[in-house]
Amino acid sequence: MASDAGRDDFIIAIRSAFLKKGTRQKFSLFTLLIISLLVLSLEYFKTGPVNVFRSFTKDLIFKGSYFISEPFVYIKKNYYNLVEHLNMYDEYTELKKKDYDLTNLIYENNFYKSENKRLKILIDEKNTLSNEYLLSKVLLDQQSPYLKSAIINKGFKHGIKLGVAVKENSYFVGKIINVNFLTSRILLVSDLNSKIPVIIEPSGANAILSGQGHNDYAVLEYLPKLKKIKKGDIVYTSGVDNIIPQAIPIGKVIEKEENFFVEFFVDINQIKYVNINK
Amino acid sequence: MSKSNFKKIYHSFIHTFPILFLFFLAFTGFDLSFHLFENNYSFNFMYVVIFYWVLKKPERLGYGLIFLTGIINDVVQNFPIGISSINYLLLCAIAAFIRARTLMPSLLYDWVFFLIAILIVTSVNFSVLTIVFEYPIKYGILMFSSFLTFLIYPALSKLFDTITLIDLREENAK
Repeated sequence: MASDAGRDDFIIAIRSAFLKKGTRQKFSLFTLLIISLLVLSLEYFKTGPVNVFRSFTKDLIFKGSYFISEPFVYIKKNYYNLVEHLNMYDEYTELKKKDYDLTNLIYENNFYKSENKRLKILIDEKNTLSNEYLLSKVLLDQQSPYLKSAIINKGFKHGIKLGVAVKENSYFVGKIINVNFLTSRILLVSDLNSKIPVIIEPSGANAILSGQGHNDYAVLEYLPKLKKIKKGDIVYTSGVDNIIPQAIPIGKVIEKEENFFVEFFVDINQIKYVNINK
Repeated sequence: MSKSNFKKIYHSFIHTFPILFLFFLAFTGFDLSFHLFENNYSFNFMYVVIFYWVLKKPERLGYGLIFLTGIINDVVQNFPIGISSINYLLLCAIAAFIRARTLMPSLLYDWVFFLIAILIVTSVNFSVLTIVFEYPIKYGILMFSSFLTFLIYPALSKLFDTITLIDLREENAK
Protein backbone atom coordinates (compact mmCIF):
# COMPACT_ATOMS: atom_id res chain seq x y z
CA MET A 1 0.00 0.00 0.00
CA ALA A 2 2.79 2.37 1.08
CA SER A 3 4.88 1.38 -1.96
CA ASP A 4 1.90 2.14 -4.24
CA ALA A 5 1.60 5.62 -2.73
CA GLY A 6 5.36 6.13 -3.13
CA ARG A 7 5.19 5.10 -6.78
CA ASP A 8 2.25 7.42 -7.37
CA ASP A 9 4.17 10.30 -5.80
CA PHE A 10 7.14 9.49 -8.01
CA ILE A 11 5.02 9.49 -11.15
CA ILE A 12 3.27 12.72 -10.10
CA ALA A 13 6.68 14.39 -9.54
CA ILE A 14 7.91 13.30 -12.99
CA ARG A 15 4.68 14.46 -14.67
CA SER A 16 4.87 17.75 -12.82
CA ALA A 17 8.53 18.25 -13.85
CA PHE A 18 7.94 17.62 -17.54
CA LEU A 19 4.40 18.83 -18.19
CA LYS A 20 3.60 21.55 -15.62
CA LYS A 21 4.02 25.13 -16.75
CA GLY A 22 5.11 27.66 -14.14
CA THR A 23 3.43 30.99 -13.46
CA ARG A 24 5.32 32.82 -16.20
CA GLN A 25 6.29 29.84 -18.35
CA LYS A 26 4.92 29.71 -21.90
CA PHE A 27 6.15 26.22 -22.72
CA SER A 28 6.41 23.01 -20.75
CA LEU A 29 9.74 21.22 -20.51
CA PHE A 30 8.41 18.38 -22.62
CA THR A 31 7.47 20.74 -25.50
CA LEU A 32 10.88 22.42 -25.40
CA LEU A 33 12.68 19.07 -25.34
CA ILE A 34 10.78 18.04 -28.49
CA ILE A 35 11.70 21.38 -30.14
CA SER A 36 15.37 20.87 -29.15
CA LEU A 37 15.36 17.40 -30.71
CA LEU A 38 13.87 18.82 -33.91
CA VAL A 39 16.53 21.57 -33.99
CA LEU A 40 19.24 18.97 -33.39
CA SER A 41 17.93 16.79 -36.23
CA LEU A 42 18.38 19.78 -38.59
CA GLU A 43 22.16 19.28 -38.18
CA TYR A 44 21.91 16.56 -40.82
CA PHE A 45 21.07 19.16 -43.48
CA LYS A 46 24.43 20.56 -44.56
CA THR A 47 23.17 22.37 -47.67
CA GLY A 48 20.11 24.28 -48.87
CA PRO A 49 17.92 26.79 -47.03
CA VAL A 50 18.53 25.18 -43.63
CA ASN A 51 22.26 25.76 -43.99
CA VAL A 52 21.74 29.37 -45.14
CA PHE A 53 19.48 30.04 -42.15
CA ARG A 54 22.01 28.40 -39.82
CA SER A 55 24.80 30.49 -41.32
CA PHE A 56 22.89 33.76 -40.74
CA THR A 57 21.94 32.72 -37.20
CA LYS A 58 25.59 31.98 -36.41
CA ASP A 59 26.67 35.35 -37.84
CA LEU A 60 24.11 37.11 -35.66
CA ILE A 61 25.17 35.25 -32.50
CA PHE A 62 28.88 35.83 -33.21
CA LYS A 63 28.31 39.57 -33.65
CA GLY A 64 26.32 39.66 -30.38
CA SER A 65 29.01 37.66 -28.66
CA TYR A 66 31.66 40.05 -29.99
CA PHE A 67 29.91 43.11 -28.54
CA ILE A 68 29.29 41.45 -25.16
CA SER A 69 32.88 40.17 -24.94
CA GLU A 70 34.44 43.48 -26.03
CA PRO A 71 35.05 44.92 -22.50
CA PHE A 72 36.70 41.67 -21.40
CA VAL A 73 38.79 41.48 -24.57
CA TYR A 74 39.88 45.07 -23.87
CA ILE A 75 40.96 44.16 -20.32
CA LYS A 76 42.80 41.05 -21.57
CA LYS A 77 44.54 43.05 -24.31
CA ASN A 78 45.72 45.64 -21.81
CA TYR A 79 46.91 42.97 -19.41
CA TYR A 80 49.10 41.41 -22.13
CA ASN A 81 50.32 44.87 -23.15
CA LEU A 82 51.36 45.52 -19.57
CA VAL A 83 53.17 42.16 -19.32
CA GLU A 84 54.92 42.88 -22.61
CA HIS A 85 55.89 46.33 -21.40
CA LEU A 86 57.33 44.92 -18.17
CA ASN A 87 59.35 42.32 -20.09
CA MET A 88 60.64 44.82 -22.64
CA TYR A 89 63.88 45.67 -20.87
CA ASP A 90 64.87 41.98 -20.40
CA GLU A 91 64.11 41.23 -24.05
CA TYR A 92 66.13 44.24 -25.17
CA THR A 93 69.14 43.12 -23.10
CA GLU A 94 68.90 39.59 -24.47
CA LEU A 95 68.67 40.80 -28.09
CA LYS A 96 71.60 43.13 -27.59
CA LYS A 97 73.77 40.20 -26.54
CA LYS A 98 73.00 38.30 -29.74
CA ASP A 99 74.95 39.32 -32.79
CA TYR A 100 72.58 39.26 -35.76
CA ASP A 101 73.87 40.13 -39.20
CA LEU A 102 70.40 40.84 -40.56
CA THR A 103 71.41 42.26 -43.94
CA ASN A 104 73.45 39.18 -44.70
CA LEU A 105 70.58 36.91 -43.58
CA ILE A 106 68.12 38.73 -45.86
CA TYR A 107 70.44 38.31 -48.88
CA GLU A 108 70.94 34.65 -48.04
CA ASN A 109 67.18 34.15 -47.72
CA ASN A 110 66.51 35.83 -51.07
CA PHE A 111 69.14 33.63 -52.71
CA TYR A 112 67.54 30.43 -51.35
CA LYS A 113 64.09 31.62 -52.42
CA SER A 114 65.12 32.24 -56.02
CA GLU A 115 67.09 28.98 -56.10
CA ASN A 116 64.04 27.10 -54.81
CA LYS A 117 61.86 28.69 -57.47
CA ARG A 118 64.32 27.74 -60.23
CA LEU A 119 64.62 24.14 -59.01
CA LYS A 120 60.83 23.79 -58.85
CA ILE A 121 60.56 24.86 -62.49
CA LEU A 122 63.31 22.36 -63.36
CA ILE A 123 61.49 19.42 -61.75
CA ASP A 124 58.20 20.64 -63.26
CA GLU A 125 56.36 20.94 -59.93
CA LYS A 126 53.05 22.75 -60.26
CA ASN A 127 52.21 25.34 -57.67
CA THR A 128 48.50 24.73 -57.30
CA LEU A 129 48.17 26.69 -54.10
CA SER A 130 47.48 30.39 -54.01
CA ASN A 131 49.90 32.67 -52.24
CA GLU A 132 47.31 35.41 -51.85
CA TYR A 133 46.18 36.14 -48.33
CA LEU A 134 43.22 38.01 -46.93
CA LEU A 135 43.70 40.06 -43.77
CA SER A 136 41.03 39.47 -41.15
CA LYS A 137 40.27 40.59 -37.60
CA VAL A 138 39.74 38.09 -34.80
CA LEU A 139 36.32 38.76 -33.25
CA LEU A 140 36.35 36.11 -30.54
CA ASP A 141 38.78 33.54 -29.29
CA GLN A 142 37.22 30.53 -27.66
CA GLN A 143 39.76 28.98 -25.30
CA SER A 144 38.23 26.13 -23.33
CA PRO A 145 39.58 22.61 -22.72
CA TYR A 146 37.16 21.29 -25.37
CA LEU A 147 37.82 23.87 -28.00
CA LYS A 148 40.63 26.18 -29.04
CA SER A 149 39.18 28.23 -31.81
CA ALA A 150 38.79 31.80 -33.01
CA ILE A 151 36.05 33.60 -34.90
CA ILE A 152 37.10 36.01 -37.67
CA ASN A 153 35.15 38.73 -39.44
CA LYS A 154 35.35 37.24 -42.94
CA GLY A 155 33.02 34.62 -44.40
CA PHE A 156 32.09 33.09 -47.75
CA LYS A 157 30.99 36.55 -48.91
CA HIS A 158 34.70 37.47 -48.85
CA GLY A 159 35.83 34.27 -50.55
CA ILE A 160 36.89 32.22 -47.52
CA LYS A 161 37.00 28.48 -48.18
CA LEU A 162 36.79 25.53 -45.82
CA GLY A 163 40.09 23.95 -44.73
CA VAL A 164 42.44 26.74 -45.84
CA ALA A 165 45.47 27.83 -43.81
CA VAL A 166 45.47 30.77 -41.41
CA LYS A 167 48.65 32.65 -40.50
CA GLU A 168 49.61 35.35 -38.08
CA ASN A 169 52.35 37.36 -39.78
CA SER A 170 54.28 34.50 -41.39
CA TYR A 171 53.47 31.79 -38.86
CA PHE A 172 50.83 29.09 -39.04
CA VAL A 173 48.05 29.33 -36.44
CA GLY A 174 45.32 26.99 -37.71
CA LYS A 175 42.83 26.24 -40.44
CA ILE A 176 39.27 27.24 -41.30
CA ILE A 177 36.72 24.66 -40.13
CA ASN A 178 33.47 26.56 -40.44
CA VAL A 179 32.44 29.24 -42.91
CA ASN A 180 29.33 31.41 -42.47
CA PHE A 181 28.14 34.34 -44.58
CA LEU A 182 30.10 37.06 -42.70
CA THR A 183 32.18 35.10 -40.19
CA SER A 184 34.34 31.98 -40.06
CA ARG A 185 35.82 29.75 -37.37
CA ILE A 186 39.51 28.87 -37.17
CA LEU A 187 40.53 25.63 -35.49
CA LEU A 188 43.73 26.63 -33.75
CA VAL A 189 46.80 24.41 -34.03
CA SER A 190 46.64 23.89 -30.24
CA ASP A 191 43.17 22.29 -30.29
CA LEU A 192 42.83 18.62 -29.34
CA ASN A 193 41.31 17.83 -32.72
CA SER A 194 43.93 19.64 -34.78
CA LYS A 195 46.08 17.30 -36.91
CA ILE A 196 48.47 19.04 -39.30
CA PRO A 197 50.91 17.26 -41.67
CA VAL A 198 54.34 18.77 -41.06
CA ILE A 199 57.95 18.49 -42.16
CA ILE A 200 60.85 18.88 -39.75
CA GLU A 201 63.95 20.61 -41.04
CA PRO A 202 66.87 20.02 -41.54
CA SER A 203 66.23 16.26 -41.27
CA GLY A 204 63.25 16.42 -43.68
CA ALA A 205 61.21 14.01 -41.55
CA ASN A 206 57.45 13.99 -42.08
CA ALA A 207 55.08 13.81 -39.11
CA ILE A 208 51.66 14.84 -37.85
CA LEU A 209 51.41 17.73 -35.44
CA SER A 210 48.64 16.96 -32.99
CA GLY A 211 47.15 19.61 -30.67
CA GLN A 212 47.20 18.94 -26.93
CA GLY A 213 44.80 21.63 -25.75
CA HIS A 214 47.85 23.56 -24.57
CA ASN A 215 48.45 27.10 -25.83
CA ASP A 216 52.25 26.84 -26.03
CA TYR A 217 52.98 23.49 -27.68
CA ALA A 218 51.65 20.45 -29.59
CA VAL A 219 52.97 16.91 -29.91
CA LEU A 220 54.68 15.33 -32.93
CA GLU A 221 53.12 12.00 -33.89
CA TYR A 222 54.00 9.27 -36.41
CA LEU A 223 57.66 10.24 -36.43
CA PRO A 224 59.88 7.99 -38.60
CA LYS A 225 62.18 5.80 -36.48
CA LEU A 226 65.36 6.33 -38.47
CA LYS A 227 65.32 10.10 -38.93
CA LYS A 228 67.33 12.09 -36.44
CA ILE A 229 65.32 14.87 -34.85
CA LYS A 230 66.79 17.16 -32.29
CA LYS A 231 65.85 20.02 -30.04
CA GLY A 232 65.64 23.34 -31.88
CA ASP A 233 64.72 21.91 -35.32
CA ILE A 234 62.16 24.01 -37.18
CA VAL A 235 58.75 22.58 -38.05
CA TYR A 236 56.92 23.68 -41.23
CA THR A 237 53.65 22.65 -42.86
CA SER A 238 54.40 19.90 -45.38
CA GLY A 239 51.46 20.62 -47.70
CA VAL A 240 50.87 16.92 -48.39
CA ASP A 241 47.13 17.36 -47.84
CA ASN A 242 47.06 19.74 -50.85
CA ILE A 243 44.93 22.23 -48.91
CA ILE A 244 47.41 23.87 -46.56
CA PRO A 245 50.40 25.36 -48.45
CA GLN A 246 53.83 23.97 -47.69
CA ALA A 247 56.68 25.67 -45.83
CA ILE A 248 54.66 27.78 -43.38
CA PRO A 249 56.74 27.86 -40.18
CA ILE A 250 54.86 26.57 -37.10
CA GLY A 251 57.42 26.33 -34.31
CA LYS A 252 60.57 24.68 -33.04
CA VAL A 253 61.12 21.20 -31.61
CA ILE A 254 61.39 20.76 -27.84
CA GLU A 255 61.89 17.51 -25.93
CA LYS A 256 59.87 16.54 -22.88
CA GLU A 257 59.95 13.15 -21.15
CA GLU A 258 61.40 11.43 -24.27
CA ASN A 259 58.63 12.85 -26.48
CA PHE A 260 59.04 15.50 -29.14
CA PHE A 261 56.82 18.57 -28.97
CA VAL A 262 56.63 21.72 -31.05
CA GLU A 263 56.72 25.06 -29.32
CA PHE A 264 54.65 27.54 -31.37
CA PHE A 265 56.19 30.71 -32.75
CA VAL A 266 52.84 32.45 -32.24
CA ASP A 267 51.33 33.37 -28.90
CA ILE A 268 47.91 31.74 -29.36
CA ASN A 269 46.43 33.89 -26.58
CA GLN A 270 47.16 37.14 -28.33
CA ILE A 271 46.05 36.74 -31.92
CA LYS A 272 44.40 39.96 -33.12
CA TYR A 273 44.70 39.85 -36.92
CA VAL A 274 45.26 36.88 -39.20
CA ASN A 275 46.02 36.19 -42.85
CA ILE A 276 43.82 33.65 -44.59
CA ASN A 277 44.92 31.77 -47.67
CA LYS A 278 42.44 32.59 -50.49
CA MET B 1 21.67 60.13 -12.80
CA SER B 2 19.36 60.60 -9.84
CA LYS B 3 19.46 58.31 -6.85
CA SER B 4 15.99 56.87 -7.53
CA ASN B 5 16.94 55.98 -11.12
CA PHE B 6 20.11 54.29 -9.95
CA LYS B 7 18.10 52.34 -7.38
CA LYS B 8 15.59 51.31 -10.05
CA ILE B 9 18.38 50.00 -12.29
CA TYR B 10 19.93 48.19 -9.33
CA HIS B 11 16.57 46.53 -8.46
CA SER B 12 16.01 45.49 -12.06
CA PHE B 13 19.54 44.08 -12.21
CA ILE B 14 19.06 42.03 -9.05
CA HIS B 15 15.63 40.87 -10.21
CA THR B 16 16.83 39.75 -13.64
CA PHE B 17 20.27 38.61 -12.45
CA PRO B 18 19.86 34.89 -13.33
CA ILE B 19 18.72 35.69 -16.88
CA LEU B 20 21.47 38.27 -17.44
CA PHE B 21 24.13 35.99 -15.99
CA LEU B 22 22.95 33.03 -18.05
CA PHE B 23 23.01 35.03 -21.31
CA PHE B 24 26.39 36.50 -20.42
CA LEU B 25 27.79 32.99 -19.91
CA ALA B 26 26.25 31.75 -23.15
CA PHE B 27 27.44 34.64 -25.31
CA THR B 28 30.98 34.81 -23.92
CA GLY B 29 31.50 31.08 -23.34
CA PHE B 30 33.04 32.08 -20.01
CA ASP B 31 34.22 29.02 -18.07
CA LEU B 32 37.14 30.41 -16.04
CA SER B 33 39.46 27.82 -17.56
CA PHE B 34 43.09 27.90 -16.54
CA HIS B 35 46.17 25.75 -16.91
CA LEU B 36 47.98 24.46 -13.84
CA PHE B 37 50.56 21.67 -13.45
CA GLU B 38 50.09 20.49 -17.05
CA ASN B 39 46.33 20.18 -16.54
CA ASN B 40 43.40 22.20 -17.84
CA TYR B 41 40.81 23.22 -15.28
CA SER B 42 37.42 24.59 -16.24
CA PHE B 43 33.97 24.91 -14.74
CA ASN B 44 30.53 24.74 -16.27
CA PHE B 45 28.81 27.69 -14.60
CA MET B 46 25.72 27.24 -16.77
CA TYR B 47 24.89 23.98 -15.00
CA VAL B 48 25.15 25.60 -11.57
CA VAL B 49 23.04 28.64 -12.54
CA ILE B 50 20.30 26.57 -14.18
CA PHE B 51 20.16 23.94 -11.44
CA TYR B 52 20.16 26.47 -8.61
CA TRP B 53 17.50 28.82 -9.99
CA VAL B 54 15.16 26.09 -11.26
CA LEU B 55 15.42 24.42 -7.85
CA LYS B 56 15.02 27.53 -5.72
CA LYS B 57 13.24 30.22 -7.77
CA PRO B 58 11.90 28.74 -11.02
CA GLU B 59 9.79 31.84 -11.74
CA ARG B 60 13.01 33.84 -12.29
CA LEU B 61 14.31 31.68 -15.12
CA GLY B 62 11.92 30.66 -17.91
CA TYR B 63 12.44 27.36 -19.70
CA GLY B 64 12.18 29.17 -23.05
CA LEU B 65 15.14 31.38 -22.14
CA ILE B 66 17.13 28.34 -21.03
CA PHE B 67 16.39 26.72 -24.39
CA LEU B 68 17.61 29.89 -26.15
CA THR B 69 20.84 30.07 -24.15
CA GLY B 70 21.47 26.44 -25.11
CA ILE B 71 21.25 27.38 -28.80
CA ILE B 72 23.62 30.34 -28.29
CA ASN B 73 26.05 28.16 -26.33
CA ASP B 74 26.10 25.58 -29.14
CA VAL B 75 26.93 28.22 -31.74
CA VAL B 76 29.68 29.78 -29.61
CA GLN B 77 31.21 26.44 -28.59
CA ASN B 78 30.83 24.86 -32.05
CA PHE B 79 28.61 21.99 -30.85
CA PRO B 80 25.75 20.57 -32.95
CA ILE B 81 22.94 23.13 -32.52
CA GLY B 82 20.36 21.88 -30.02
CA ILE B 83 22.56 19.61 -27.90
CA SER B 84 23.11 22.12 -25.09
CA SER B 85 19.38 22.94 -25.03
CA ILE B 86 18.64 19.26 -24.45
CA ASN B 87 21.25 19.13 -21.66
CA TYR B 88 19.96 22.24 -19.93
CA LEU B 89 16.31 21.18 -20.21
CA LEU B 90 17.20 17.76 -18.84
CA LEU B 91 18.92 19.48 -15.93
CA CYS B 92 15.78 21.59 -15.43
CA ALA B 93 13.65 18.43 -15.40
CA ILE B 94 15.87 16.84 -12.72
CA ALA B 95 15.85 20.05 -10.64
CA ALA B 96 12.05 20.36 -10.98
CA PHE B 97 11.67 16.71 -9.99
CA ILE B 98 13.86 17.21 -6.89
CA ARG B 99 11.89 20.35 -6.00
CA ALA B 100 8.63 18.40 -6.17
CA ARG B 101 10.01 15.59 -3.99
CA THR B 102 11.88 17.63 -1.35
CA LEU B 103 10.15 18.57 1.88
CA MET B 104 13.10 19.97 3.87
CA PRO B 105 15.62 21.60 1.51
CA SER B 106 19.25 21.68 2.63
CA LEU B 107 22.51 22.57 0.92
CA LEU B 108 23.93 19.07 1.41
CA TYR B 109 20.94 17.39 -0.30
CA ASP B 110 21.06 19.92 -3.13
CA TRP B 111 24.79 19.31 -3.55
CA VAL B 112 24.41 15.52 -3.73
CA PHE B 113 21.48 15.78 -6.15
CA PHE B 114 23.47 18.26 -8.23
CA LEU B 115 26.23 15.66 -8.60
CA ILE B 116 23.71 13.04 -9.73
CA ALA B 117 22.11 15.55 -12.11
CA ILE B 118 25.36 16.63 -13.79
CA LEU B 119 26.53 13.02 -14.06
CA ILE B 120 23.31 12.13 -15.91
CA VAL B 121 23.44 15.24 -18.11
CA THR B 122 27.16 14.85 -18.93
CA SER B 123 26.68 11.18 -19.80
CA VAL B 124 23.77 12.00 -22.12
CA ASN B 125 25.82 14.83 -23.64
CA PHE B 126 28.84 12.58 -24.24
CA SER B 127 26.72 9.72 -25.63
CA VAL B 128 24.85 11.94 -28.11
CA LEU B 129 28.01 13.75 -29.21
CA THR B 130 30.08 10.62 -29.76
CA ILE B 131 27.47 8.10 -30.95
CA VAL B 132 25.17 10.29 -33.05
CA PHE B 133 27.53 13.03 -34.26
CA GLU B 134 30.91 11.23 -33.95
CA TYR B 135 32.16 14.41 -32.33
CA PRO B 136 35.78 14.04 -31.11
CA ILE B 137 35.52 14.80 -27.41
CA LYS B 138 37.48 13.35 -24.51
CA TYR B 139 35.38 11.70 -21.81
CA GLY B 140 38.00 12.37 -19.12
CA ILE B 141 38.03 16.14 -19.75
CA LEU B 142 34.24 16.30 -19.72
CA MET B 143 33.96 14.37 -16.45
CA PHE B 144 36.81 16.29 -14.80
CA SER B 145 35.12 19.58 -15.66
CA SER B 146 31.82 18.24 -14.24
CA PHE B 147 33.57 17.19 -11.05
CA LEU B 148 35.10 20.66 -10.64
CA THR B 149 31.66 22.18 -11.25
CA PHE B 150 30.29 19.92 -8.52
CA LEU B 151 32.99 21.16 -6.11
CA ILE B 152 32.17 24.86 -6.58
CA TYR B 153 28.39 24.39 -6.22
CA PRO B 154 28.23 25.25 -2.46
CA ALA B 155 30.19 28.50 -2.92
CA LEU B 156 28.05 29.66 -5.85
CA SER B 157 24.91 28.48 -4.06
CA LYS B 158 25.77 30.74 -1.09
CA LEU B 159 26.35 33.66 -3.46
CA PHE B 160 23.03 33.09 -5.22
CA ASP B 161 21.31 32.74 -1.82
CA THR B 162 22.52 36.24 -0.98
CA ILE B 163 21.21 37.60 -4.30
CA THR B 164 17.86 35.87 -3.75
CA LEU B 165 17.63 37.39 -0.26
CA ILE B 166 18.38 40.89 -1.57
CA ASP B 167 15.72 40.44 -4.25
CA LEU B 168 13.22 39.16 -1.66
CA ARG B 169 13.96 42.11 0.61
CA GLU B 170 13.36 44.54 -2.25
CA GLU B 171 10.08 42.83 -3.14
CA ASN B 172 8.88 42.91 0.47
CA ALA B 173 9.83 46.57 0.77
CA LYS B 174 7.66 47.27 -2.30
